[in-house]
Amino acid sequence: MNDIKADAFVDITDVVCPTTFAKAKVAMARLSEGQILEIRMKAGEPLQNVPRSFKEEGAQVIKVIENEDGTYTAFIKKAG
Amino acid sequence: MNFSNEQLERYSRHIILKDFGPEGQHKLLNSKVLIIGAGGLGSPAAMYLAAAGVGTIGIVDFDKVELSNLQRQIMHFTGDVEKYKVQSACETIGLINPDINVVTYRERVDLENIEDLITDRDYDFIIDGTDNFAAKFLINDACVKLRKPFVHAGIIRFEGQLMTYVPGKGPCYRCIFDSPPPPDAVPTCSQAGVLGVTAGVVGTLQATEAIKYLAGIGELLTGQLLIYEGLNMDFRKIEIVTNKSCRICSQVPAEIELTDYQNNCCTG
Ligand SMILES: [Zn+2]
Repeated sequence: MNDIKADAFVDITDVVCPTTFAKAKVAMARLSEGQILEIRMKAGEPLQNVPRSFKEEGAQVIKVIENEDGTYTAFIKKAG
Repeated sequence: MNFSNEQLERYSRHIILKDFGPEGQHKLLNSKVLIIGAGGLGSPAAMYLAAAGVGTIGIVDFDKVELSNLQRQIMHFTGDVEKYKVQSACETIGLINPDINVVTYRERVDLENIEDLITDRDYDFIIDGTDNFAAKFLINDACVKLRKPFVHAGIIRFEGQLMTYVPGKGPCYRCIFDSPPPPDAVPTCSQAGVLGVTAGVVGTLQATEAIKYLAGIGELLTGQLLIYEGLNMDFRKIEIVTNKSCRICSQVPAEIELTDYQNNCCTG
């Protein structure tokens, strides 16, 4: 179950590294501090790297959940 | 801040770069840079700025491509010999990144046209890629007058130097070099060899300064002269201070009178 309310959504299942993180970063850039971005991604490289890359830049990874279709959804809170 | 899917992919390595990001890329795409001289320095500068996605690139050069240029002027190819350099430059930039708006000026910079060239598209930053003192002093004086930032550079043999001028942020080129050396003290191009990669190193450093200025990141070479010596691979910086009696930047900008030191050294 997901009870997190996101402020924006981006699907990065249609692109490959490094455009995955780039597309997510552009979506994040449109948000304000403290807002939450919901990112749909594939397993493997995006799942391993995208949440971690946001964390390294100071954002907060709130939750990562597996979807029924095998993709994953991460909720990331924008840092100040 | 909107990027097309193609832009997202093309600029992904910038967009994911910490401290550059979507904001930095967005600024580059909306920036305008004027490159004076499409030769050894202007070639790598133009190519990297085009690849980086600087939205508008103006190129000033009067000359045609010669075979002896190709050893260092990497924007021009063997098939470009005899073409005007601005045309060859425009073609190369178009191949690297068709998104770039290229503005060409087939002119030699002089007292009459320098201010019009800089104000034509209200360029954000100017790159001095010329190879003669007359043009270098003219570019400095015009940029101070019009309150435009620019990066100076010069190369000879295995050596190069550069500095960046930003209005109100430090000295200008005239603060260090009051006036050009007498013409007979300056070796002509044919007398002065240059290792081709020297132009590549220094022109690429100029592009780095332009990108940092446009994106608003890092520390610029304001108040510092960087000296590169390729033979012993030495980079060093010399602190330079604003000369309070500088004949150019101590004046009220609008009252600066440009001087023509036209010598007959070749360009490029
Ligand atoms: Zn000065």
